Amino acid sequence: MNTTASNIIETDILIIGAGPVGLFAVFEAGLLKMRCHLVDILPQPGGQLTEIYPKKPIYDIPGYPSVLAGDLVQNLLKQIEPFGPGFTLGERAETLEKQEDGRWLVTTHRGTKHLAPVIFIAGGLGSFEPRKPPIDNIAQFEDRGVEYFVRNPDFYQNKKVVIAGGGDSALDWTIYLADVASDLTLIHRRTEFRGALDSVEKVQHLAQSGKIRLITNAQVTGLQGNGQLSGITVLHDTEGEYQLPADHFVPLFGLTPKLGPIGDWGLKVDKGNAIEVDTFDYATNVPGIYAIGDINTYPGKLKLILCGFHEATLACQSAFKYVFPDKKLSFKYTTVTGIEGLPQ
Amino acid sequence: MIKIIVTDRENQVHELDAPTDMNLNLMELCKSYELPVKGTCGGMALCASCHVYVLSNHQLSEPSDDEIAMLDSAFFVKGNSRLGCQIRLADELDGLSVQLAPESED
Repeated sequence: MNTTASNIIETDILIIGAGPVGLFAVFEAGLLKMRCHLVDILPQPGGQLTEIYPKKPIYDIPGYPSVLAGDLVQNLLKQIEPFGPGFTLGERAETLEKQEDGRWLVTTHRGTKHLAPVIFIAGGLGSFEPRKPPIDNIAQFEDRGVEYFVRNPDFYQNKKVVIAGGGDSALDWTIYLADVASDLTLIHRRTEFRGALDSVEKVQHLAQSGKIRLITNAQVTGLQGNGQLSGITVLHDTEGEYQLPADHFVPLFGLTPKLGPIGDWGLKVDKGNAIEVDTFDYATNVPGIYAIGDINTYPGKLKLILCGFHEATLACQSAFKYVFPDKKLSFKYTTVTGIEGLPQ
Repeated sequence: MIKIIVTDRENQVHELDAPTDMNLNLMELCKSYELPVKGTCGGMALCASCHVYVLSNHQLSEPSDDEIAMLDSAFFVKGNSRLGCQIRLADELDGLSVQLAPESED
């Protein structure tokens, strides 16, 4: 990757989304000697394959009677290694600005800047963001007592904390914060927890010894506070509604995909929020911006990894012609030319 | 062919003809009739956008661990909640009646 003095990452194709289709685009671009850099909100490449179902077998990848999703990602990473792609992981592509020289400047929510003449949006289902409980005024308390992640446990020192959820992260943070918060409550809708047995036992032990308050068969339905969270409303299945004082409410209900800021980039999307493309080259309505994989739509679209690979391939050919209008592009088979990596 | 009764979020009742020889699930059936069911994850029990309440007394197959885990982190869940994508349409489900659960934020 090239970086200028101002620490902007420069590349030929900036790929937003490091799922299987985004990764394979690096290979096809590499054959054309185009460099790629990938941005993904998840902390590791692979998209939903690594994040959600790494151990699930996929049966419709040509040449693989069956391949685990996680293994497919590992293979793709190996396949693109010669082309040395760069990665900005754990960051969400936030803004897109056209520069005077025609290139695009993409800035992430952490402020990392990327410059490229071509953008491939390979965002899959969108960016994975915390699932927010449907409480009317929850947005007004975000960062004012409501947090969807535990970033720094010390933040909760001597605070009254309420965690909601029944999975591993709710259990793990309950155990951890039991020693940090002054008062800790875990609220779960059911009696059973689906987290690791060991964690479930620990939480039950903490509850029995009075170290934490465990409320099951209940959910949080309301938030109170004047600018800053001061209490929550609990609706219990049999005991009805009551209030609890709380400095912090941490709902941990897993991640859900959202189109996110890309929705504001002026790209034509259909009613299902998929980006409309031309099947000639998978270009969007904005020159220099392509959309490939599950995030795009066109007549006959199928959300399959193998279709995304095809889309990535054609988009790379078109991107080459867009960046180098005067260069001749002759199509070559890898069986003839082999793989010539890019200089690192 | 069986009949499936779907009550949408505006309380409109739809009587759907459903083939049982196409390996369809309830989420796919709703989508094919253009009912407001997103099926974001494609039927892997990963998104709960096909969350329904089962209103009739049909014997459905027990939910899998994946489905239980997903319903655990979904919202508006009740005792009769199921994911449509995990309900495979079969002859014994003739007359099944379901209601679409409210959509959460997305």
